[in-house]
Amino acid sequence: MSTSTETIEQLATREYKYGFETEIETDQFAPGLDEDVVRRLSATKGEPEWLLEFRLKAFRVWQKMTAPTWHNLKIEPIDYQAISYYSAPKKKPELKSLDEVDPEVRRTFEKLGIPIEEQKALAGVAVDAVFDSVSVATTFREKLAELGIIFCSFSEAVKEHPDLVRQYLGSVVPYTDNFFASLNSAVFSDGSFIYLPRGVRCPMELSTYFRINAKNTGQFERTLIVADEGASVSYLEGCTAPMRDENQLHAAVVELVALDGSTIKYSTIQNWYPGDANGKGGIYNFVTKRGKAMANAKITWTQVETGSAITWKYPSCILVGDNSIGEFYSVATTNNWQQADTGTKMIHLGKNTRSTIVSKGISAGFGQNTYRGEVRVGKNAHNARNYSQCDSLLIGDRCGAHTFPYLEIKNTSAKVEHEASTSKIGEDQIFYCRQRGIPTEDAVNMIVSGFCKEVFRELPMEFAVEAQKLLSISLEGSVG
Amino acid sequence: MLLEIKDLRVKAEDKEILKGLNLSVNAGEVHAVMGPNGSGKSTLARVLAGHPGYEVTGGSITFDGKDLLELEPEERACEGVFMAFQYPVEIAGINNTYFLKAAVNAVRKYHGKSDLDAVEFMQLLRAKAKLLEMDQAMLGRSVNEGFSGGEKKRNEIFQMAMLEPRLGVLDETDSGLDIDALKIVSNGVNALRTPDRAMIVVTHYQRLLNYIVPDVVHVLTGGRIVRSGGRELALELEEKGYGWIEAETAGARG
Ligand SMILES: Nc1ncnc2c1ncn2[C@@H]1O[C@H](COP(=O)(O)OP(=O)(O)OP(=O)(O)O)[C@@H](O)[C@H]1O
Ligand SMILES: [Mg+2]
Repeated sequence: MSTSTETIEQLATREYKYGFETEIETDQFAPGLDEDVVRRLSATKGEPEWLLEFRLKAFRVWQKMTAPTWHNLKIEPIDYQAISYYSAPKKKPELKSLDEVDPEVRRTFEKLGIPIEEQKALAGVAVDAVFDSVSVATTFREKLAELGIIFCSFSEAVKEHPDLVRQYLGSVVPYTDNFFASLNSAVFSDGSFIYLPRGVRCPMELSTYFRINAKNTGQFERTLIVADEGASVSYLEGCTAPMRDENQLHAAVVELVALDGSTIKYSTIQNWYPGDANGKGGIYNFVTKRGKAMANAKITWTQVETGSAITWKYPSCILVGDNSIGEFYSVATTNNWQQADTGTKMIHLGKNTRSTIVSKGISAGFGQNTYRGEVRVGKNAHNARNYSQCDSLLIGDRCGAHTFPYLEIKNTSAKVEHEASTSKIGEDQIFYCRQRGIPTEDAVNMIVSGFCKEVFRELPMEFAVEAQKLLSISLEGSVG
Repeated sequence: MLLEIKDLRVKAEDKEILKGLNLSVNAGEVHAVMGPNGSGKSTLARVLAGHPGYEVTGGSITFDGKDLLELEPEERACEGVFMAFQYPVEIAGINNTYFLKAAVNAVRKYHGKSDLDAVEFMQLLRAKAKLLEMDQAMLGRSVNEGFSGGEKKRNEIFQMAMLEPRLGVLDETDSGLDIDALKIVSNGVNALRTPDRAMIVVTHYQRLLNYIVPDVVHVLTGGRIVRSGGRELALELEEKGYGWIEAETAGARG
């Protein structure tokens, strides 16, 4: 191994910055999953009968399913009976201001640098922080309420806006959809709910920070965003997790409903514990994210995936309405022993539908990064357009990048373009930068951010800065 | 003495390339290094710059009183060692101007100076771009990406002009340049000739030395400097090739 490869390796060994636990009393179910657990979960949350029915139907379907194996991931079998399916902070506070939040929880948020403070919120970010499975703090709801915008935890939405939830829950991701989505539908814990009334543009970025905390507690977030005709919203989701030895399961479902002429922009920074340098521990992240765009509507998924031991995630768009638009911008990094199988599906059903896919995969260490993308053009989707660009960047020579584009075109007027590239941060490039006075680490960051710039450009300003920082942390020690 | 190389021995992948090389360069001087293909000229340049692919097995390099071999490549660059690459590297996605700003500010930081502000930087950039007749469009493109061979070489000297090093090591900067470009680049190099700066110019062609007139010409062959002389040595080499020197050296070694 040459000297510079060694340097790269050293850079990659920097420890996970956010690896700490919060001590907080939790009230949780014993491990195990059967119909009774589903009933108990629903009862604990005080849910209406129809929701229990939804969960039970999902559970029965899930029981007959097997975990998918088509992905390019090596996963140790998961024992679903060894997981606890409910956990909540013991005292469930009713909070008016952040001062009332459990100080332990607040300290955790502060360590993470999460902008939960009101000053930050005043700067334009309304924060709904989810701690474990239950929301403990919600800000700026009233201000949004004046505009008729509903932004609350999923559980609250079930209580306060049952008709909306009932109408749209499962309308984009049915409970039969896939193994992990069905599991989520049976046991989902909490998440966010957003509704924008007709013609309302949300005046601020909405943001939620999720955090996995209690030991052995599967996390099953459920998020539902509905933009009524002509409405628009930009939602940010960001997360970090404490260091753990055991693998932790996470199976979220996010559904977006963009009615005629509306716009939903959903941005994610995913920074869960990736496991240590030897591949021990780390979060298993199996996510189903999908949006349905009606006529003239637009859905944009932007994601920066730096964490988790395993990422299995394909934010997708069903372009149902004529002239609807779907976009997917993604940066996924895998360092050490991380594995990611991620991409998108763009399903063109309406006329003149357009989709754009920009995927940037970065692999370092022994990381394996797979892009899997599907573009489907239905037979009535006249003049559908898709542009896909999949670029891979390799750092070192023990990592891998894989690209699996799938095409299914049933309308001859469709125009589909695909570009792909694989490049390597070579020792030559690093030396060139160093010869000009730029240290290795800065050179790597510079090359990586250059590589990702088309995606970062899509992120809201503050998020872009954070994303860049995260990326450099997650790749530190990876170059030579 | 700005640069003093003594008995330098260098290996790469178990092959000894430099076998006891001596070279001294004073501030204000331009030294030309000529020699047959594979004789070790680029190796010398890379070792001066601290390329990690080479192992120095003996000898010393003193630069401005400091032990150069102790310094990391970026430290050498910040101390004022600049190498114009024989094969400049392409870096996709990084804008040339942005790259230069990062480099200029890295050097400034090393010397405890604050970053140039945007206005100062652009002024410097414009002045140097004019000196080398750089096309505006090239400044906005990714570093060397898709540049023609000659454009890459010109870009190297442009970078040198921006970074204002104490020692410029130019590895075959002339190859690939057309006649007009050769003049422009040479003018750029000559403009950087100052009493406190030195250059080592590696070339195969004495024509370059009509434009960049050297103080000393060296012949590197078999991993050593075997002959040094004035400008006329380059003319002699052009006429007779390297064979006679190699024969004489072999004879002298007995
Ligand atoms: N990193 C390396 N690993 C192995 N061998 C090397 C390495 N670098 C150079 N060499 C070998 O050392 C010798 C000198 O190479 P060098 O590039 O220094 O020659 P040069 O004098 O610059 O030649 P040219 O005039 O063709 O540019 C060559 O035989 C070359 O193959
Ligand atoms: Mg050479």
